[in-house]
Amino acid sequence: MSCSRRDLLKNTFKATLASALPLSAFKMLSPAQVKASVGDSNVRWVFLVNTKKCVGCGLCVKACKLENEVPYDPPITRTWVERYVVMKNGQTHIDSPMGGRDGFTDSKIRENEIPADEIAKGFFVPKLCNQCEKPACVQVCPVGATYQTKDGVVLVDRTWCIGCGYCIMACPYGVRFFHPVYKVAEKCTFCYHRITKGMAPACVQACPFGARQIGNLKDPNDPVAQIILNQRVGILKDEYGTKPQAYYIGLDNNVR
Amino acid sequence: MKNHVLRPLFVVIAGVALLLIVRHFMVPKDFGVEEGGSFTYNFHRLSATDDWKNFKVKYHGREYCQECHEENVESILASPHAIIQCENCHGPAIDHPDDPEALVINTNRSLCLRCHTYLPYPTSQRADLPGIDPDEHNPGEDCVDCHNPHNPDLENM
Repeated sequence: MSCSRRDLLKNTFKATLASALPLSAFKMLSPAQVKASVGDSNVRWVFLVNTKKCVGCGLCVKACKLENEVPYDPPITRTWVERYVVMKNGQTHIDSPMGGRDGFTDSKIRENEIPADEIAKGFFVPKLCNQCEKPACVQVCPVGATYQTKDGVVLVDRTWCIGCGYCIMACPYGVRFFHPVYKVAEKCTFCYHRITKGMAPACVQACPFGARQIGNLKDPNDPVAQIILNQRVGILKDEYGTKPQAYYIGLDNNVR
Repeated sequence: MKNHVLRPLFVVIAGVALLLIVRHFMVPKDFGVEEGGSFTYNFHRLSATDDWKNFKVKYHGREYCQECHEENVESILASPHAIIQCENCHGPAIDHPDDPEALVINTNRSLCLRCHTYLPYPTSQRADLPGIDPDEHNPGEDCVDCHNPHNPDLENM
């Protein structure tokens, strides 16, 4: 076998290059690792509600409706506040007049006088879209008008929704409703236009008591993520398997 | 093949072709699944997310107000009402000072009563707030006639 000087130099150069290739270039990556290395998957928006801090002022509901152009007077709302009053005899009174838009300014519940000395516990629970990890409302959409963004928020495409209402039926939390102006399904977006600009959702900003917080579950230094990961928090309707991402502090078994 | 088979077959093929043509023009070009997504949860018009991102912000927060109304922000921050955002009472700024040029302050009694109606709820912070019975405490009058919302305690006025 003959070998010219030129070939020897060429082959030496090739062999050097090949041996310089790191073995890691041939490593098999799991799909999850690939997913993590491309795209914007380092954000997962989550909500934290501290029911112990809520006083039922309803400023969150008012701010939400004005911020998101939800018609003010019809009884529809993206977020609402429920009042729970549990009596010493076990009876429970629950109400949410106008979704709590005007606050709770009367101790009467559905025209019933509630004697103060017989109240065992009374509290308020703000509710909003849970932005589920496995959203039932998205699965049932027949046209692909509602979907989950990469950062975990479920949105509705107003130009594509046909208004069939399947998603409104499918949501276990009753969060969705029909928008009377756009004639499409409507829901809480965690104020997507605000959180993507680094602002807090309108309800979070409006709450004077810090009962509502938003955070990024994938950021271990996020104060909200730390509470969710390290403290005792509850979720609503776990049994539906939708993996809701609105977490609650101070839940009670009367809260559904 | 016989005519009675071919004719309906052509009709079906024409129907499918028509459907595909209509679909080609009706379905937005960017309809599909984002990288790393699934058909179950991520099948959508990709630019819909941008539509939502471009939604108009109306509530700008205290820092925005502070740029011009420094004194007013200072006075509220020194009061027990420091936790309340300006826009909760003054209304959303939207494009203020251009549009609207002036914000209408809500001086209604009902605004104050959202927090200051006394409700005897032992497991809620509500019972700890200074509260009144709206039927007993100067009914029908505006709270702001006596209380300054930026300095609400009558003894400190």
